Amino acid sequence: MQHLLSAADLDLASATEIFDVAEEMSLLQGRPVKKLPALRGRTVVNLFFEDSTRTRSSFEIAGKWLSADVINVSAKGSSLSKGESLRDTVLTVAAMGVDALVIRHHASGAPRQVTQWIDAHVLNAGDGTHEHPTQALLDAFTLRRHFRQTAPTLGDFEGKTIAIVGDITHSRVARSNVLLLNTLGADVIMVAPPTLWPSGVDSWPARFCTDLDEVLPLVDAVMMLRVQRERMSGGYFPTPREYTIGYGLTSQRLEMLKVGAAICHPGPMNRGLEISAEAADAANSLILEQVAAGVAVRMSVLYSLLGGADDTPPPTARESFE
Amino acid sequence: MTDILITGADWLGDGRGDLLVRNGVLSDPATAGSDIERFDADGLIALPGLVDLHTHLRQPGREDTETVASGTAAAARGGYTAVLAMANTTPVTDTAEAAEHVAELGRRDGVAQVVPVGAVSKGLEGAELAELGLMARSPAGVRVFSDDGRCVSDARLMRRALEYVRAFDGVIAQHAQDPRLAGSDACCHEGTISGRLGLPGWPAAAESTIVARDVQLVQLTRSRLHVCHVSTAETVDVLRWAKNRDIAVTAEVAPHHLLLTTDEVLDYDPTYKVNPPLRPAEDVAELRLALADGTIDAVATDHAPHAATTRNMPSRRRRSACSDWRQRSRSSSKP
Repeated sequence: MQHLLSAADLDLASATEIFDVAEEMSLLQGRPVKKLPALRGRTVVNLFFEDSTRTRSSFEIAGKWLSADVINVSAKGSSLSKGESLRDTVLTVAAMGVDALVIRHHASGAPRQVTQWIDAHVLNAGDGTHEHPTQALLDAFTLRRHFRQTAPTLGDFEGKTIAIVGDITHSRVARSNVLLLNTLGADVIMVAPPTLWPSGVDSWPARFCTDLDEVLPLVDAVMMLRVQRERMSGGYFPTPREYTIGYGLTSQRLEMLKVGAAICHPGPMNRGLEISAEAADAANSLILEQVAAGVAVRMSVLYSLLGGADDTPPPTARESFE
Repeated sequence: MTDILITGADWLGDGRGDLLVRNGVLSDPATAGSDIERFDADGLIALPGLVDLHTHLRQPGREDTETVASGTAAAARGGYTAVLAMANTTPVTDTAEAAEHVAELGRRDGVAQVVPVGAVSKGLEGAELAELGLMARSPAGVRVFSDDGRCVSDARLMRRALEYVRAFDGVIAQHAQDPRLAGSDACCHEGTISGRLGLPGWPAAAESTIVARDVQLVQLTRSRLHVCHVSTAETVDVLRWAKNRDIAVTAEVAPHHLLLTTDEVLDYDPTYKVNPPLRPAEDVAELRLALADGTIDAVATDHAPHAATTRNMPSRRRRSACSDWRQRSRSSSKP
């Protein structure tokens, strides 16, 4: 794989490979010495034009645990805030000899544009309202584990129904998730008020629905999306109160879920708005597992972009520490 | 100056014949002397000089992107003998003095005739009428008024503008795009592709609802409207409705809206970010039909150069580009 720009870049085999390697990587998290030599000598730059805590830090940890040299460049206090064009910034960074560029940008399509300017591997860490493929990978990785634990005899995603609830039209998480979950074989239902449906839903590999209560009893997992503050004043729905009553995962709605159905949220959460505290902290909530999976999945993705060139098999934590 | 004899040109729909150019003026080919330059036009079509109803010459204010000299040279190369220069320069062409300045630049530097377009509102702000009458009565003789680049979105201002220009047989050229429906962050046609790419879009209705309102304001005011760069099938429907009722409306379409579809934006190539945006194939087909049957009256280029530096921006921040007759004519001039 040259770049990871979209969840559509992944087929079933490559996604499964990423999950399997991530399982190995995750063993590292419990070790006292968290280091693999796989990417020694490779340089990874995290180029973040938007604020981010969990994505940036998990990419940083992922790179460091694989022994890559990791540099963080963020917009504040750099030439990015001094009016330099995206192209000049990227060319400047690339000129230093970078192997992979992890980029987050507020404009949809920015990472794809970057691939036209430089030779390094480009990894989309969230572009505008377009995609966030590593978030979809860690969500699916977390769900795969959950499904394997709760019903080991069944397939991972075949026959599973997953609902994505909230601001679909502005969500890069939703776009990447619907593509990846569809590739993995799940049925996806999008639930949102029609003002938050994207244009052209007929072409999406998902069913769109406006009634959360109708959908909840059907699903094996429900993924709640964050309501951005600017949407609350954007006229997409009348009031936060009405949104919560219509589309929030309230404590009352928890009882409508099948036993063992998983609750996911990409974070950061608005507790009390799209998700209640009871739901966020429920036994079947995977929200902290999602965060924990972020490092392992991003290690796996970095390895698949940067480590595969020399025909060596994927490293395993077992080999390194036994 | 040597006479030029152009031989064997096809006079579109009017047989073939020769043309004699003497001192820059067409003359009777029979009077051609012996000291002439011959140009074999076999297989070529002779047309009268074209008029471009919609250009941005960028002077005064953005001479780094285009000037009257460079813009009209490009126009002449493309067969245009007159161009209308839109008012969104710096300063805006919203006074008689500004209009006369553009006309003077045209007389001084123009390779083709430059016809200044006056702004409808002061500073293109959409709040108060510009001095339409003074621009009309000035030596520049402005008759076409437009806030192009922006829509005259306030219905009352549009009504007053339409009424007022009747006094001197003016016409309002509307950039039909409701700013409340098509936000300033819009990048492409709102539809399947914008939804998939996560790009904020211009819905087709942002254009057609304004045209529907405006043709009814024309009916009310018995004035004249010209619709700039029609891009949607819905607008064509509205134009047909209006023309069937003899409402005085004319319309133009830009070449890129006849030739390209919104599929071009799939790779996020900002070259294809234009305002109004490229539309789906069904709209393109309808625009072609409308041009052929006369519902759309003219092709106008919306020639609007932008500095290359603004093209290195991500799509959402990039300035819109438009057709460039210079690039086309330059490449077509090569063998």
